[in-house]
Amino acid sequence: MNYDTIIIGGGLAGLVAGITLQERGQRTAIITTGQGALHFSSGSLALLSRDADGNPIEKPLEHIDSLPASHPYSKVGAAKAGEHARAVKALFERAGLSMLGSEDSNHYYMTPVGLFKSTWLSTADSAVSPTPDGSGWGRTAIVGIKGFLDFYPGFIADNLAKNGLKCEVAALTTPELEHLRKNNTEMRAPGIAKIMHGEALERFAKAIVAAAPGAETVIIPAVVGLDGQKDIDALRRFTGKNVICLSTHPISVQGVRMQLALRRYYEKMGGTYLLGDNVTAGYMDGDRLKAIDTANLGHGSLTARNFILATGSFFSRGLVAEPDRIFEPVFGVDVVTEGDRSDWFKENIFEEQPFVRFGVATDNDFRVKKDGKTIGNLYAVGSILGGCNSLKEGSGAGVAAVTAMEVANRLADK
Amino acid sequence: MEYQVKNISANDFEQCIKCTICTVYCPVAAVNTAYPGPKQAGPDGERYRLKNPEFYNNALKYCLNCKRCEVSCPNNVRIGDIIQTARIRYDKSAPKLRDRMLASTDFMGKVATKMAPVVNLMLGFSPVKATMHGVLGIDRHRTFPRYTSTTFEKWMRTKAPSQAAFSKKVAYFHGCYVNYNYPQLGKDVVTVLNAVGYGVQLLEKERCCGVAKISNRLIDSAKEDAQLNIDSIRKAVKAGMEVVGASSTCIFTMRDEYPHLLGVDNADVRDDISLVSVFLYKLIDSGKVKLAFKPGFRCRVTYHTPCHMQKLGWGIYSSSLVRMIPGVEFEPIDSLCCGIAGTYGFKKENYPYSQAIGKELFDQIERARVDYVVTDCETCKWQIEMSTGATVINPVSLLAMAIDVEATKKLNGIK
Ligand SMILES: Cc1cc2nc3c(=O)[nH]c(=O)nc-3n(C[C@H](O)[C@H](O)[C@H](O)COP(=O)(O)OP(=O)(O)OC[C@H]3O[C@@H](n4cnc5c(N)ncnc54)[C@H](O)[C@@H]3O)c2cc1C
Ligand code: SF4
Ligand code: SF4
Repeated sequence: MNYDTIIIGGGLAGLVAGITLQERGQRTAIITTGQGALHFSSGSLALLSRDADGNPIEKPLEHIDSLPASHPYSKVGAAKAGEHARAVKALFERAGLSMLGSEDSNHYYMTPVGLFKSTWLSTADSAVSPTPDGSGWGRTAIVGIKGFLDFYPGFIADNLAKNGLKCEVAALTTPELEHLRKNNTEMRAPGIAKIMHGEALERFAKAIVAAAPGAETVIIPAVVGLDGQKDIDALRRFTGKNVICLSTHPISVQGVRMQLALRRYYEKMGGTYLLGDNVTAGYMDGDRLKAIDTANLGHGSLTARNFILATGSFFSRGLVAEPDRIFEPVFGVDVVTEGDRSDWFKENIFEEQPFVRFGVATDNDFRVKKDGKTIGNLYAVGSILGGCNSLKEGSGAGVAAVTAMEVANRLADK
Repeated sequence: MEYQVKNISANDFEQCIKCTICTVYCPVAAVNTAYPGPKQAGPDGERYRLKNPEFYNNALKYCLNCKRCEVSCPNNVRIGDIIQTARIRYDKSAPKLRDRMLASTDFMGKVATKMAPVVNLMLGFSPVKATMHGVLGIDRHRTFPRYTSTTFEKWMRTKAPSQAAFSKKVAYFHGCYVNYNYPQLGKDVVTVLNAVGYGVQLLEKERCCGVAKISNRLIDSAKEDAQLNIDSIRKAVKAGMEVVGASSTCIFTMRDEYPHLLGVDNADVRDDISLVSVFLYKLIDSGKVKLAFKPGFRCRVTYHTPCHMQKLGWGIYSSSLVRMIPGVEFEPIDSLCCGIAGTYGFKKENYPYSQAIGKELFDQIERARVDYVVTDCETCKWQIEMSTGATVINPVSLLAMAIDVEATKKLNGIK
């Protein structure tokens, strides 16, 4: 089967690239092993949250010029990075995800333990605030679910109290939740969200009102709206309160929602999404990649003019570490690392970890290199690109989406 | 320092990072709280079972073996295989009479086709259904597929000389359903393959692929059938033929379950076992054969991706094949489990879960308002037809309806 562009990896980066190319008239396919990092997302996407000293950044675009040349944003350039970030928000909107926030100025979202962090875009149900203290929420209650182990109301309340926000704490249940509780170790946020429609949602809303009658804002675990925003809107309508959802222990409902909405929109735009398949090898024709193998479709089964490598970092197996080497497993392209094993990580887990900066070697157009030579039609996007510590600076989703947009724009014109 | 670099556990169970993505996509965990879900039943439970088989949990019987957990796992853990292997290894209870009956598709088929009119009448008769429900535990809502009085194999024997005359040939694994219940699908396969220049041969011997025996734990018998099938397949491949079937579950079972669950080695022939729709798509896509379509052919269809088709990753071939037909208006739906899982949904204790699992799919199908739901699996066909009233057909049957056979033969230079 032949395509204009084949994308390997169907996480945030692969989907943003695929959607953009489909919208611009290309025929594309995405092949992906399994679900990507969005399933673990906090519900907030970060563009550039902290400076080199770890202080929150207010205006992320203004900081791009001061980043090192190796940083993916430096390769895109500040002006274009801003344009792409704006385009990503609009793309999410078209996919049915209205996101809070803007690239011009970061906002704050509340983490699962009640701390505030600077971020770029948050799902519309997230606990966000322009300042790091939840001011503007009015009388606030934190309402947990009986038997649900991935949400910690008391802990959150203690942390919020340190910021001067006093909250009531309550817990609720409904017949539907009691039913799920029978399998309590597997009572997880997405499982709850699967039943939160119609009457179950209405009963949940009534229980929220009963648990926190006086509150204007109610913080609940994110257990509503797996397949879109509408159930959250309904919950707000039913309760008449500002219900905000705090992402839980993974798998996060907000992350799954983003992944599913983007995938559905990609397919609606005519894209082919092959879930559960592995790209295992590639064949070169001079300096160009000609065809790839997949575990399900077989030998040399897919051909394209251009290929995008969006297989993620170590977590998604885009990069693999063995005791004596770090490598990219599909094509064996060059990986930029530092020193030997003892230099890859710090014993203290809270220190900055060097391996987070590792990634595949590319030229300034994000074309991948193998044995020092550029492969003319294989581009890398997303977290498989190194050159920055996305964890420390808070740029994971931003790098994924912005580099995907950059490469997709370039390929759409080809 | 010595390292263990490579994964050495069976079914990649040590690759599990306990993320629970699999549980999010398990159709059973979503509707049945008695089922621990793929992570618990699979890699988590396995750690305990390896220490002490006493930890085996009987609730593993609720697993449909749909493999949707495996499809979503980012770490290639073969969760479904871990669960089925545990059922085979640790569940020592004897399979019930009902399970034996449901699993013995060949035996039942042979007996039933001999007395087809009587059996069909009986199986539709409500006192019989009530007995089956009450005594045997086969749900009364189910309608058994009708048995044919002339098996497909018998019909094929009359075609042997004409099929042998083709210079290019493929071996066709027809499966029990085509043989005993629905020979028309087999005839459609022959029509379409003949039209593009391929003669159709039966395997020297063919038994049920074994999926029903595996899920009902009749393992020794399944192994025997598997070995016999693979031996026959091997002979066909040696004779230069590819082996194709029209049912995604049979093909999946012979390619992957044989080595993974039954320990029957098929490595030398696995890549030669394929689906008719994949075989056809590849021939057409590479320009080796051409199809001529009936000018006025029009219909609105959707493609339902059976779970094992999703696991094979081949839905793209069938849906592309269908979309190639001029006059087809295609309405996509999500890839979702229909809930039947072969004999699973026939059992009284599973029936309500089976229907709850399929509900989202049924709703999407009803909203799609199509003339045909196209799919590669027969049990999905029963389930969808029973639950939605839609007409479900195999992609090959749609092709047989859509092509102009004589014009296609001419295009491919066949007399
Ligand atoms: C646990 C976790 C939580 C995070 N949370 C946040 C957050 O809250 N906010 C934020 O801004 N950033 C977060 N990040 C950063 C994250 O890296 C980015 O947000 C972004 O989602 C990465 O997208 P990606 O598309 O580059 O990679 P991924 O989402 O990792 O996708 C890569 C995909 O490629 C597939 N793949 C790998 N190898 C192959 C192959 N050979 N063949 C086919 N497919 C293959 C994988 O299965 C996977 O689906 C998080 C990262 C992790 C690991
Ligand atoms: S999805 Fe895979 S890695 Fe995650 S818990 Fe399930 S088996 Fe383990
Ligand atoms: S095979 Fe299907 S039913 Fe069994 S655990 Fe996996 S997803 Fe669930």
